[in-house]
Amino acid sequence: MKSSKLPVGSFVRIDKPQLQTIIEQLQARGYRTVGPRLSEAAIVYDDLAAADQLPIGYLDEQDGGKYRVQAADGAGYFDYVVGPHSLKSYLFPPRETLLQCEQNQGQWTMELPTPTVQPLAVIGVRSCDLHALEIQDRVFLREPYVDPNYEARRNALFLVGVNCRRAAATCFCHSMKTGPALRAGYDLALTELADRLVVEVGTELGGQVVTHCDWSPCTMEEINQARDQPETLRKAMQGRPAAAAETGDGQPRGRWLDTNEIHDLLLNNLEHDRWETVGHRCLACGNCTMVCPTCFCSDVEEVSDLLGQHVRRERIWASCFTADHSYMNSGTVRKATTARYRQWLTHKLASWIDQFGVSGCTGCGRCITWCPVGIDLTEEVAAIRGADS
Amino acid sequence: MTAVASPSANQANPWNVHLARILGVKREVPGISTYELAFEDPQVTQRFRFQPGQFNMLYLPGFGESAISISSDPERRETLSHTIRVAGNVTRALARKKVGDQLGVRGPYGSAWPMSVCRGHDVVLACGGVGLAPLRPAIYHLLNHRDDYGRVFLLYGARTPSDLLYQEEFDTWRNGGLEVEVTVDLGAEDWRGHIGVVPILFYRLRLNAAKTCVLTCGPEIMMRFVIFEALARKLRPDKIFMSMERNMKCAVGFCGHCQLGPAFVCKDGPVFTYEQMAPYLHLDDF
Repeated sequence: MKSSKLPVGSFVRIDKPQLQTIIEQLQARGYRTVGPRLSEAAIVYDDLAAADQLPIGYLDEQDGGKYRVQAADGAGYFDYVVGPHSLKSYLFPPRETLLQCEQNQGQWTMELPTPTVQPLAVIGVRSCDLHALEIQDRVFLREPYVDPNYEARRNALFLVGVNCRRAAATCFCHSMKTGPALRAGYDLALTELADRLVVEVGTELGGQVVTHCDWSPCTMEEINQARDQPETLRKAMQGRPAAAAETGDGQPRGRWLDTNEIHDLLLNNLEHDRWETVGHRCLACGNCTMVCPTCFCSDVEEVSDLLGQHVRRERIWASCFTADHSYMNSGTVRKATTARYRQWLTHKLASWIDQFGVSGCTGCGRCITWCPVGIDLTEEVAAIRGADS
Repeated sequence: MTAVASPSANQANPWNVHLARILGVKREVPGISTYELAFEDPQVTQRFRFQPGQFNMLYLPGFGESAISISSDPERRETLSHTIRVAGNVTRALARKKVGDQLGVRGPYGSAWPMSVCRGHDVVLACGGVGLAPLRPAIYHLLNHRDDYGRVFLLYGARTPSDLLYQEEFDTWRNGGLEVEVTVDLGAEDWRGHIGVVPILFYRLRLNAAKTCVLTCGPEIMMRFVIFEALARKLRPDKIFMSMERNMKCAVGFCGHCQLGPAFVCKDGPVFTYEQMAPYLHLDDF
């Protein structure tokens, strides 16, 4: 074991099983370690006690309304892509207590709970999800209103990114300029080569963790190989045919979201016929909003005892596809599914830019995969663009 | 969405609730009462400042929060008034509250009526029903600083004469230099005033288009026709201000419910210029 410090920006080579050392080092520093796990026929984020719990040797096949995980010869540690989970549930939990109220002899006390934040390390985060994190930061960490619980969890996060070397048919990060190559926001960046991992040190803490591995400095050739790999994938994604896989040779189809002037395109076409077409397909189930790594809508519930003397206010995830979402005493604003789909898509791809200066979409493709009827936002945008009214 | 200045937040944790006590309940008209509140913590009273048009989140444990505009004089700092129409769960529970009961208050939130833009202008306040409540702080401000403004018209409508809010103040307002025009949808035997919708009251005004601001609050359909009348008189879209209503759970732009196009009604609004809202007002279900 070498003891010299590894500065930010350095590249080292480790054997793949050395991931175990990284996990142990993080655990020793008090981190809860989380990573991709195979669970109920899907790859999800869950507690990762050891590196051999990773879905090594598995691939996922994804398309509109379709998700299958299978063992595959030659598949490495990280050749599946994103599953239904993202980092969202760790930073913006699906249920969280906002306020605790107690009534004692007619007097109320109302207090903010102080959440205990355990440092969290996530292993195997893709570029699209690092971008999603940056997008959610703009929602919850921007003055004048900062969500202090989100902020506390965000500051206690350690991220081990992975450069994708494979893309699903639903992936379109290359068109959103959010991947597949990792750009920033990680403590460590992994690139999986045939027989080893190239590790790029992203932060000082990341460097300290890796020094405990059995590492060797990378050759220039290895560094170039690591850098080329996501670039090769990007080019391959770009070259994929846009036809559906069923009509082709079984190779994954390519998806591309043309973002050129997309803000004005969508907001100038709020009465386009296509909204009706997609509104009739949409089940308003809200799956897309649940799996989306950037969707941030929430409700607040009152959780009370029978006497109404111990009350918690709990924030839960909400979806703009429900009638409740736009409900006022004068009625529901967005009564039709058509209006709700229009709200979701125009928010995600257009008004998000007004609100936060970036698109709300990372091109992760989850909303396409997990839509029960396979609605594909890239197709919807293309249809509107094709017949711009 | 910066045309209407949003006074900055004044508390660290946006979910923090301040305890307040009900000092008075005044039944205004059927279904609408005004609650006079005072914070329990004098330091909060000391800190708390609001501008006309802003709102608070009023909280009743076990029932939830409701976004309610502040209807008192911003220069009277000891207490706050909220005029509340019983409409949903929270307001129904509030209606059962009595003097001395506690509730939670977060705020103030949202953009304000642009009193500085109105300075030196004639001002038309056009409102319907409980829509007068968010304008009352603006009325107090205009009366307190009467010389800074030109002519001030209040065009107010309600369903029936007995649904007119704050009637006992109308004489004081008239004496203070407000020209008050009132209309109802349905008259009563002793009603000598106008009958009809609020926008028709514009026909009684001679406006100086270049030097007039309109502040409107009420049902969206009413505001649309108020704006129609204002535009017909060549008023500028950036000098017509409207207060929008949407579902709100957080009031700080986190919960997503109140979105209206690019705007979060809670923090970019509720007061918008007509110019900001023009692209969306005609859309169904938006």
